[in-house]
Amino acid sequence: MGAFYVMQMELLVARRNMWVTTAVVLMSLFSLVLTLAGGATAGSLGVDPLTVAATSITTLSVYLVPLIALLLAFDAIAGEIERGTLALNLAYPLSRAQILLGKFVAHFLVLAFAVAVGLALSTLLVISQYGLADLSFMPLIRLFFTSLALGATFLGIGYAVSASVRQPGVASGVVIIIWLVLVVLYDLSLLGVLVADNGGVFTTTFFPYFLVANPADAFRLLNMPDVAVDALTSGLNATGPVAGTWGLLVSLLGWPIVSLLGAWLVFRKVEP
Amino acid sequence: MTNLKISKTSKTYGALEVVSDVSFEVAPGERVALLGHNGAGKTTLIRMILGLTPLTSGSIEVMGHAPGSSIARRSIGYLPESVAFQGALSGREQLHHFARLKGVSTNKADDLLERVGLAHAANRKIRTYSKGMRQRVGLAQAILGKPELALLDEPTSGLDPVSRHEFYDIVRELSDAGTAVLLSSHALTELETRTDRIAIMSKGKLVANADLATLRKQAAMPISVKITTTSKDVDRVAADLGGARVNGQIVEMTCLQDQKMATLNRLATLGEMITDVELSPPSLEELYRKISTSDLEVK
Repeated sequence: MGAFYVMQMELLVARRNMWVTTAVVLMSLFSLVLTLAGGATAGSLGVDPLTVAATSITTLSVYLVPLIALLLAFDAIAGEIERGTLALNLAYPLSRAQILLGKFVAHFLVLAFAVAVGLALSTLLVISQYGLADLSFMPLIRLFFTSLALGATFLGIGYAVSASVRQPGVASGVVIIIWLVLVVLYDLSLLGVLVADNGGVFTTTFFPYFLVANPADAFRLLNMPDVAVDALTSGLNATGPVAGTWGLLVSLLGWPIVSLLGAWLVFRKVEP
Repeated sequence: MTNLKISKTSKTYGALEVVSDVSFEVAPGERVALLGHNGAGKTTLIRMILGLTPLTSGSIEVMGHAPGSSIARRSIGYLPESVAFQGALSGREQLHHFARLKGVSTNKADDLLERVGLAHAANRKIRTYSKGMRQRVGLAQAILGKPELALLDEPTSGLDPVSRHEFYDIVRELSDAGTAVLLSSHALTELETRTDRIAIMSKGKLVANADLATLRKQAAMPISVKITTTSKDVDRVAADLGGARVNGQIVEMTCLQDQKMATLNRLATLGEMITDVELSPPSLEELYRKISTSDLEVK
């Protein structure tokens, strides 16, 4: 019950602090713009317009969803320590696991709502352009759920940072660096090593693992049309069980568990 | 069974002993003031009672249960030294949240808002509250559900004199209803008449744990006597009593507690020469200074 009350309050706070509005506006705006931009090519290629929209939105979500998740999470524990409310909460019959769970569910719902609104608006736009016939909703549904898994991972990372650094200001800086490293620099450095390796051992043996191990890349690969994935993996001669759908799913669904468990382990050691 | 029992409790951080062999109890309905310099170990002791910091040795029992246990937590009302709450929520929303956590009805929370004098501002955001108003929210949540033990850390900081008075009225109601109250404060003068017992910590040790009269007696601090005389007799009175002449009319002297009556009798023999006498016992502040800076122990 304690976790439920924490969630209730966090949802209220997220609404008051305009986090919900900000997340929804960001996701909607970018989803609509990318749907419009992607739609320009859809007709001529004869590809399902919703698939094109989903692919376009994927390229954005891979940056935006982790960012929103980290911004929702960085203050969660550091902010309570700074306000002095963590000691107070722990004086109540409330465990750390309940506090973390309540906050996670609330932030997860905010994120899910923002992603859902963005995708729904995109769908409506596509329907208004092409009509309902022959639309394939599968890519959109896949995008929705994989976005949530990606978001959950970064919520966990945000809580872990928030609990370790104890100061909201520092936490916000650290999560931005983490975002930059995991979502942007990780791929760039992989690419750099690939080029330097020139088809050597790294490319054939380690690269697929490195690619799949990053939840952002797993998310991207899962939501790209099959053609793109095939081209990417086979072109690099990196076909194998690890880069298949199962490997990607394990990465995408495993990381939220690992990051939340990690956050809980760090939080458990925090003396308020 | 006492509501709070602290036995031989110590806490060390590395080589530093922050709390050293502290033992005392707080019974139902008793109001105990915990005094000490910054760094004397008061806050560490309170955190150990709450179960936020583990003990190095000794034991603490809240209603017979270990600190941090479910029953101990349910029995405690805690007001932290400085607490900011969620500025985005209204006072009512914040207090309702705490009421739900404690399993108290939200109607009771509304009653408490009225009791602490926040009814008029209950629907405003806490962000707009003054420090005193926030402290009232803190007090309201601490006394939600009539706890068996109230831990109030610097509860009156930021409150104006009228609010302080109201605050101690509420504490009195609480202790009258059977709550054991442990409160720490720097505002010593206001504690004199409002607590049943005074515990003083110094460098981690409990150096005093007694009521004010016992503290006065054992600290053996002199009572100051201010005598107003008729102006022509001032020098004679000063010489007779061995006091110091302050101005044309006033002589000051000191005497120990057990010489008080003897001194008064001697003053009476001087008859018409004396127009007024004022006796001031050592204030809690002076007692506190003496006890916390000397090796004296009063228990």
